[in-house]
Amino acid sequence: MSTLPETARIPAGAAPVRVAAAPATASTADVPVEAEEVAFDIRNFSMWYGQRQALQEITIKISARKVTAIIGPSGCGKSTFLRSLNRMHDLTPGTRLEGTLRHFGNDLYGPGIDATAVRRRGGMVLQKSNPFPTMSIADNVLVGLRLNGMRDRSVLQERLEQSLRMAALWDEVKDLLNRPGTSLSGGQQQRLCIARSLAVQPDTLLMDEPCSALDPIATAKIEDLIQTLREKYTVVIVTHNMQQAARCSDRTAFFYMGRLIEFDNTRKIFTNPSNPQTEAYVSGRFG
Amino acid sequence: MDASPYLPSPRFARWRRWKSGAITGILVACALAVIAPLFLVIYFLLVRGYSSLDWSFFTQLPKPTGEVGGGMANAIVGTLTLLAMATVVGVPFGVFGGIYLAEYGSDRANDWIRFAADVLNGVPSIVWGMVVYLILVVPFKTFSAYAGGVALGLMMVPLVMRTTEEVLVLVPQSYREAALALGIARWKVIMVIVVRTALKGIGTGVIVALARIAGETAPLLFTALGNNFWNHNLKEPISALPLQIFAYSISPYDDWHRQAWAGALVLMALILALNITVRVLSRDRQSTL
Repeated sequence: MSTLPETARIPAGAAPVRVAAAPATASTADVPVEAEEVAFDIRNFSMWYGQRQALQEITIKISARKVTAIIGPSGCGKSTFLRSLNRMHDLTPGTRLEGTLRHFGNDLYGPGIDATAVRRRGGMVLQKSNPFPTMSIADNVLVGLRLNGMRDRSVLQERLEQSLRMAALWDEVKDLLNRPGTSLSGGQQQRLCIARSLAVQPDTLLMDEPCSALDPIATAKIEDLIQTLREKYTVVIVTHNMQQAARCSDRTAFFYMGRLIEFDNTRKIFTNPSNPQTEAYVSGRFG
Repeated sequence: MDASPYLPSPRFARWRRWKSGAITGILVACALAVIAPLFLVIYFLLVRGYSSLDWSFFTQLPKPTGEVGGGMANAIVGTLTLLAMATVVGVPFGVFGGIYLAEYGSDRANDWIRFAADVLNGVPSIVWGMVVYLILVVPFKTFSAYAGGVALGLMMVPLVMRTTEEVLVLVPQSYREAALALGIARWKVIMVIVVRTALKGIGTGVIVALARIAGETAPLLFTALGNNFWNHNLKEPISALPLQIFAYSISPYDDWHRQAWAGALVLMALILALNITVRVLSRDRQSTL
C-alpha cells in the first residue's frame, strides 16, 4: 500500500489527448465488468429541491468493494447524489425524486422502507469533522451501537477497539479513550468520525469531501485508510481535489449541472476521457 | 515648503477636538444613566436593609403585630418552594415546545407559535394570577401553593421555549446528519445528541426565566396568597418574599418597614445570584458549543 500521495500519476502540464467526437450521453455508465458485484444500481434517478432540479436522470452502477470518486464543479449535484444513497434528503422539506435506486437489489426508496435502517447500512463522513462535543472518544465510537440498543459490554469493548483499529486511530488514542472527542487534532477527529461510522457495521462509506479541511499529512493518512477500507467496504467519495480522485479511486464519475457526464475507470477519466467536458474539467480549463 | 495638505488648520483642529470631547461626554453620561439605577437600588437596599438583617431574620417566623423582631424564614422557604414548583410546570412545556419549534414544526405553524409565545411574554403578570385564580383557586375553594407555582410556571413557559429554540438552532446541522447516518432514530438523535449538546444553553435559559419570575408579586396575590406560618401542605396558602415585602411595606409599623427592606435585600441577592450563575454558565458555553 502506498504511504504518500502519488501526485505524479497525472502529469500536471500535459493535457489529455482530445477525443474528436464525444458521444452525446454517458454511454460508459455500465462500467463494472460482469464479475464485479454491483452495490448500487441506479436508473434514471432524478431529484428536485422544490422547483429546482438537482439531479437529472442519473444512471450508474457502483461496484461493491471499490472506491468510486465523484468529481465536478460546485453545485453540480455530487453531494446531493451522495446523500441520496443514504436517504439523507428525507428530512429536507420539498424534495421529490423519480427513478430507482437499488442497493444489492433492494429498492431503497420503495414503499414501506425504513429510512433509519437504510442509513445504518451507509456510514457517512462529512467535510468538517464533527465528533459529538459532549462525548468522550469511546462514547463517540459507540453511540450508534448504544442508541440502537446494544448493551453487551464485551461486544461494545470489542467493537470499540476494532473500529478504532480499522480507522487507524487505535494506537494514537488507546490511552485517551475517556478524553473528549473534540480534544483530538483535526485529522484524528476525522478518523474518529470514520471509526464512529464503522462501529455500526455498514457496508458502504459515503464521504463528502472528507479531506478538504485537513493538511496534506492528515489527508495522506485518510487516503491510505481508504485504500484499506475498500477491501471490505464500498466507498463513495465526493471530492473537489482531482489529484485525490486520481490517487485513491478505482472509478470516477464526472457530474456537471446535475447530469452524469462520464463514468469510467479512474485512469481513463484522467488520461483519456471520452467527453470533451470531462477533459476540460480534469485538465483544469473550467470548474 | 508648504505645510502638509494633511495637516488641518489649528482653529479647525481645536473645534474638532472640542466637538469630539463633547459627544464622548454625552455618550458616557447616557451610559452612566443606564447603569445608575442598579447601583441606586443596591445602595438603598444595603443602607436600609442590611442593618435589619440578622440571624433571626433567616430562622424565625413573623412576630404577631405589635411584637418586635421575628423573621421571614417561611417566606424564604416559600419562595424557593414556589420556584421549584414553577420549574416543574414550566420547564417540560417550555423545553418540549422549544424542541418542537426547532426540530419539527413547519414554518407556518412555527410563526403562529412564536407569535403566541411573544404575546404571552407580554401578558401582564396580574392577568396570569387572575387566570390561575379562576382555574385552580375557585374550583378547589382555597388559595394554595400549587396555584402559585402554576401561575409562575405558566409565566416561565414562553421564556424557556424561546431560549430552548434559540440554542437548539445553534447546534450545527452536521451533528444531526452524522447521527442520522449512524442509523439512529430521529427522536433519539434529537434527545440524546442535539439536546445534550445544547443542555448548558437550555439550563441558562431556565435560570434566566427563574430570575425573571422570582420577584413576581402580582401572580401570587390571588393564588399563593401568603401565610404568616410555615406551610405544611401545598394545598394551603404559602408565603413568598415578594408577598411578605408587599404586606410589610404597606403596614403602618416601623419595624415591619425595616423587615420589608431586609426582605427586599434578600430577594435582590437571590436574583443577582441567579444572574451571576447565568454569566458563569454562558461563559463556559462559548468554549464548548
